[in-house]
Amino acid sequence: MTDNKHDIEQPEERVPRRVIGTPAPAASTSLLGPDETPGELSVAGVDLQDEKTAKKGEKLAALCFTITFLAGIAFVVSYVVFQVGDLESTQTSTLALGGSLTLALLALASGLVVWVRMVMPKYKLIQERHAMASDRETRSYVGETFLQGAAESGITKRPLLRRTLLAAAAPLGLAPLVLLRDLGPSYTNFDEKLRHTVWGEKTKEGKPRRLVVEGSGAPIRAADFNSPGGILSVVPEGYEHDLNALAKATLILIKFRPDEIKSGTNVNWTHDGIVAYSKICTHVGCPAALYEQTTHHILCPCHQSTFDAADGAKVIFGPAARPLPQLPIAVDDEGYLVATADFAVPVGPSFWERGDAEAEVIEKGGQS
Amino acid sequence: MSPSGGPDANVPQAIAGPSGFLDDRLGAGNFLKRNLRKVFPDHWSFLLGEIALYSFIILLLTGTFLTFFFKPSMEHVIYDGAYEPLKGVGMSAAYASSLEISFDVRGGLLMRQMHHWAALLFVAGMMVHMLRVFFTGAYRKPRELNWLIGVLLLTLALAEGLTGYSLPDDLLSGAGLRITEGVAISLPLVGTWITFFLFGGEYPGEDVISRFYSLHILLIPGILLALISAHMILMWVQKHTQMPGKGRTNNNVVGAPFYPAFMAKAGAYFMFTFGVIALLGTFAQINPIWIFGPYTPADISAGSQPDFYMGFLEGALRLMPSWEINFLGFTLPMSVLIPALVPMGIIMTGLAVYPFAERWITGDNREHHVVDRPRNNPHRTSIGISAITFYGVLWLLGANDEISWVFKVSLNWTTYIGRVLIFVAPVIAYIVTYRICLGLQRKDAAIIGHGVESGVIKRLPHGEYIEVHVPPSADIEAHMRGKEPVPVLTGADTEPGGIPPKGMRGPIGKLKARMSTAYGGEKIPLDDGHHDGHHDGHGDEHAAVGAGGDDKSITR
Repeated sequence: MTDNKHDIEQPEERVPRRVIGTPAPAASTSLLGPDETPGELSVAGVDLQDEKTAKKGEKLAALCFTITFLAGIAFVVSYVVFQVGDLESTQTSTLALGGSLTLALLALASGLVVWVRMVMPKYKLIQERHAMASDRETRSYVGETFLQGAAESGITKRPLLRRTLLAAAAPLGLAPLVLLRDLGPSYTNFDEKLRHTVWGEKTKEGKPRRLVVEGSGAPIRAADFNSPGGILSVVPEGYEHDLNALAKATLILIKFRPDEIKSGTNVNWTHDGIVAYSKICTHVGCPAALYEQTTHHILCPCHQSTFDAADGAKVIFGPAARPLPQLPIAVDDEGYLVATADFAVPVGPSFWERGDAEAEVIEKGGQS
Repeated sequence: MSPSGGPDANVPQAIAGPSGFLDDRLGAGNFLKRNLRKVFPDHWSFLLGEIALYSFIILLLTGTFLTFFFKPSMEHVIYDGAYEPLKGVGMSAAYASSLEISFDVRGGLLMRQMHHWAALLFVAGMMVHMLRVFFTGAYRKPRELNWLIGVLLLTLALAEGLTGYSLPDDLLSGAGLRITEGVAISLPLVGTWITFFLFGGEYPGEDVISRFYSLHILLIPGILLALISAHMILMWVQKHTQMPGKGRTNNNVVGAPFYPAFMAKAGAYFMFTFGVIALLGTFAQINPIWIFGPYTPADISAGSQPDFYMGFLEGALRLMPSWEINFLGFTLPMSVLIPALVPMGIIMTGLAVYPFAERWITGDNREHHVVDRPRNNPHRTSIGISAITFYGVLWLLGANDEISWVFKVSLNWTTYIGRVLIFVAPVIAYIVTYRICLGLQRKDAAIIGHGVESGVIKRLPHGEYIEVHVPPSADIEAHMRGKEPVPVLTGADTEPGGIPPKGMRGPIGKLKARMSTAYGGEKIPLDDGHHDGHHDGHGDEHAAVGAGGDDKSITR
């Protein structure tokens, strides 16, 4: 386009009377018709730039395009010169590549704008609009043709044809839906799956599962976790990197002074002031990872549900509707913290089949 | 029949040859004859949609580049790439390849950041474009279908953003995915089915990244592309709307021709959009996934924020007080269901039905090609601002932890205030906007009636000083005079006791009639200013306005 610029523009400049849009060239070409909308061809709507402005615009646009040309080369050079790898070299490479690309694009854009505004004429062309609707005759013609075609095809007259076609389409339409079945797992007792975590399973040796520190995987000796206000993020032994297990079984472990624990907490499930709650928020499942020592508040950073850790992790603020479930814990014969049973209620976000699991537990004589 | 050999005019052979070849085979000349000089009207607000269009093209370009390197797999790998701090860390192949794009591929980080910025600009462009169309009434007949396509496009863009956001599988994107799962599983009856089918089992499973990948790079963009094409074709066929102004009527379109002016302008604008996205991708870091680390459901970082377009849903979730219904062994987690479904439902359904509701209330079945200035349909404008306020409160509350942090206010109080504001603020916004619209209409009427202040002070023979008013320029006057009263159903203003026309007799009909009279009609007639009778001429006579002692134009 830019190559032909001069070829196209020069004649116009020499013959200023000829205006883009005048009938003369259009009439004799096959591409530009003369007679479609007379309004747009009137010279009135085309206000030519004076030659001085156009000349200035030409120079300015050419400057912009030259900058684009140079910046494009700079981009290629940057690609070759700057290697990536660590943070710093990647940063340099990104700056060089992105900087030259930005310059090239913005200069090209500016050049085009200068071209339009300073070289091309100012336009105020007028075209007519017509109502969108077809005229009455066309509509009735289409309507008749449609009915005629339907009659010719026999679809109106021959119900057997119509009905069997519909019947034929139905199972075929179901086929893709059937194919989607294996997107899901082979089992369908979803709520059973959601009710259990790996804390309920014994280890291979048949022992209760140990609580281990997230990250290091170290088991936790109750005697060592002894400063009140202490908090740990805990995962089940043997499942330290199993994301499916962690999505339900991650715990938040808190050490209290015995007198700090309130009635909401099931003390039978604690060990020496150490309480374990599910870390998975009962709202929509984010890890409730923030803990405020002085108030004993567990806060979920996603939607700010706040739980009172001293009082059975009951909800004291935010959208969560249920407390974080408490995990029954004890120590094994080596003094390490273990889970004595699974959570009594499903952890994490509520679901349709869940029901009021807490109430059921209380009915059975327990404490959730 | 065959003008083979090319056109005989002064068209250079280099162009005439190929175009002749094509025309012989496609008959493209007929199409070009009609369209080369197609007129496009000008207004700055018409450029907003183009931002979205060009961002989409840039998304396709940068996205294609990213697919060459990205591995949509949740297979567990040990990272061994260029980024030192994460060496030896276990992570998904998806996250490892996202790191590879960032640190091992030259220009990869640039492309990733440009892709993300373009996505933000895509949605933002659609939103402001939609607001332009709404506030100017450009959705009215015959453009309702294109409006519906637009609503669909916006919805799909949100889904496209959500799926793309999850792909890098870093800790932040995983938090978003977890929330998505928590919302999906809360749905009554089908919640567990939807989540177990989406994730191929329990969350997070090993399938969701590859499934989101095929949705993100094939299905949704395919539909987007088809709908965007339909959107463009309809715009082309129906011709663009224009602002009221001199010489512009409902039966014409005034502006610049497609070839060469509009084409060049559009190309320049594409380059500007591209350039700005490159600028942002270069200098404004976005989504530094290497800082977040690989996803694990056990961890999260405080201050996790979604992309801006998801902020209103996030805010709704944060705003909702805790509420759960248990019955017959089933659970309805209302504190998830309501915020997840209601705001989105109100906004999207409201957008979709508005053109039809407005037509039902005003009974206006005419075609509209000259758009309204927002002030001239005060109820529509107020409804729009009210909706923006509703959305805006939710959006702000989506960042209430940041607000509380930055402004050192109690986090809980931001939520309490938000719970009040979500109901009160839209009402206040409605009332204030309505008054502002009427005020602006009065200002227009004053300009039409009295002219504009000229800054010339004149002393009259009897000693009085007046400021001379001059008539507004023809362009501005035409722009203002483009106003027409909002239509009212014929017969809706039947006097009490009178017999209302058919269709306005039942309870719904009466409501319709009452809404019609409230919504429509001329609130402030433009020529109101003339009634003081001091001038009945025009032109120079305007200068004498204010000769009367009571006229406001007397300078103080």
